[in-house]
Amino acid sequence: MTLNRRTFLGAAAAAASLSAPMVRAMGKPRVVVVGGGAGGATAARYIAKDSKGAIDVTLIEPTRKYYTCFFSNLYLGGFKNIEDIGHTYGGLAAGGVNVVHDWAVGVDRDAKTVSLAGGATLPYDKLILSPGIDFVEGAVEGWDLSAQNAMPHAYKAGSQSELLKAQLMAMPEGGVFAMVAPPNPFRCPPGPYERVSMVAHFLKQNNPTAKIIVADPKPKFSKMALFQEGWANHYEGMVDWIGDDFGGGNVSVDPNAMTVTIDGEETKVDVCNVIPAMKAGRIAELAGVTDGNWAPVNAADMSTKADGDVYVLGDASAQGDMPKSGFSANSQAKVCANAVRGALTGSKVFPAKFSNTCWSLIAPDDGVKVGATYEATADKIAKVDGFISQTGETADVRKTTYMESEGWYSGITADMLG
Amino acid sequence: MVRVTQILGAALVAGLATLGGAAFAQGGNVDAGAKVFKKCKGCHQVGKGAEHRIGPHLNGLFGRKAATYEEFNYSKGFQRIGGGGLVWHAESLDAFLENPRAMVSRTRMSFPGLKKAEDRANLIAYLRQFSDNPADIPEADPTAQGVDHDLDPAILALKGDPEYGQYLSGECTTCHQSAGGDDGIPSIVLWPEEDFVLAMHAYKSKHRIHPVMQMIAGRLGDEEIAALAAYFATLEE
Repeated sequence: MTLNRRTFLGAAAAAASLSAPMVRAMGKPRVVVVGGGAGGATAARYIAKDSKGAIDVTLIEPTRKYYTCFFSNLYLGGFKNIEDIGHTYGGLAAGGVNVVHDWAVGVDRDAKTVSLAGGATLPYDKLILSPGIDFVEGAVEGWDLSAQNAMPHAYKAGSQSELLKAQLMAMPEGGVFAMVAPPNPFRCPPGPYERVSMVAHFLKQNNPTAKIIVADPKPKFSKMALFQEGWANHYEGMVDWIGDDFGGGNVSVDPNAMTVTIDGEETKVDVCNVIPAMKAGRIAELAGVTDGNWAPVNAADMSTKADGDVYVLGDASAQGDMPKSGFSANSQAKVCANAVRGALTGSKVFPAKFSNTCWSLIAPDDGVKVGATYEATADKIAKVDGFISQTGETADVRKTTYMESEGWYSGITADMLG
Repeated sequence: MVRVTQILGAALVAGLATLGGAAFAQGGNVDAGAKVFKKCKGCHQVGKGAEHRIGPHLNGLFGRKAATYEEFNYSKGFQRIGGGGLVWHAESLDAFLENPRAMVSRTRMSFPGLKKAEDRANLIAYLRQFSDNPADIPEADPTAQGVDHDLDPAILALKGDPEYGQYLSGECTTCHQSAGGDDGIPSIVLWPEEDFVLAMHAYKSKHRIHPVMQMIAGRLGDEEIAALAAYFATLEE
């Protein structure tokens, strides 16, 4: 008998069904989550917790200790120790998540498997990618990853944060701290400006004649009025923000000479924090679910436009109106977890609902916040309602806002990691 | 009424002083204490007919071992310290009220404490009135917060779906810890459902001021608020 396409397929199917019981132990549906940050950890925890063992959940995360990007600026400012923002994955493991410390290096969407750098291949029924960000190559002239020790980005927290802090502490008296700010869209819209505030606070205490220059390709930024008011009040004359109108977008760096050239004018600097343009974490691109720099998703459940069994959460997704923040990723993860659980076990799926609040610290006890609620529409995640702190608020209000941010940090890290 | 209270209060404070409450040798002012108690009323009732709300009622507090009302759902922290033998007296209350979490770690009492010794003394003098024998003297209506209570009884009567509440709670637990901790954002677990519903509707109608909570509550329907109340009321620590 000739092996025609039909019999070949049949044979393949038989082979698959023979091997299936070995791979899919107990016949449980399998969810693989890539990335243990605010999106991935939350999704893994909620699916494991709410399915009560009915779903196998595996989390792939290369680092054994996770340093939150949120509050890493407070570490730079001296308000937190590095260990205050470091978390392990023991709580997730105890909560029933199979935590695998490895890199996901490939996704075969036809075979529905994820391959790991360590050599293993994991099958999935639903795959959730929450890989955060990577940097766009060539985004800042003169800078690439090999220069990240001379000019740190510190936009993935941990060793980079410690490096930038060490450089800040070693700055000569009256030295210059430069920041190259990123173009939209990027992780944590108020992040660079909270960082400027925290660096200014540190310098005011330790090196009051030092200066800060910010080269920014944008004409305006998140909470701009609040930050500029705060810089004028707390750090008068220290911060020079050069927006797009004044050539802030026309920038190049030389990590060897430690110079920054803004709109043709070269400046020798002592510390240079380069935050390049961003894109989805590489695995999203390898999985073939990106379009340009980000992965477009359906607002109702965070499934990708490319593949209904692959979901993308947080910074890596192109979802609509939500800012790229840990809070957003956590919010999206819960919607996704509910939908994935419903698809795999038939549990009730409730309508998507999203929210975000971002707190920033400008100076001791001077906290501000911005937030909004969102809903799923056919096109995107759309903003419903929002609020923002006001300029000229009383010291009491600002202190309460800062205390609230502390409460939120405890809340979200417990919500993510158990 | 006020006059009687003052007289009683004065007598009790004098009594306390003679019992040797060193911290209260100066005595507290009952009327001033009633004003301080406004900070407590959101969660605690005291006086005739007072009931457990978010916190236990405070009648008969003095001389009672901590965490001993069987019908009240205490935090594990409070159960531990009650089991350890803490009894409420002027001195122990003074220490607790100065910094609740220093004394009872992980209490669900979301209150930073009264830093002024005078405020604490006045509050303790006020509360002391409600521990006389027989209990609940003077006879007065229980304190409670009036502003949250003008809600349609039909809304209060709604029975929430805890499963829906569990899903919706994801929006709360990004900030409010499901284990009941409080580090700058209040605990919301194990509240009586009615108090939860009243509070959320007070945010929705903007009678309570907090921009995040107004925004979150603003788009929750009556059924959703009831569902959240039902879910959080039954959480275990």
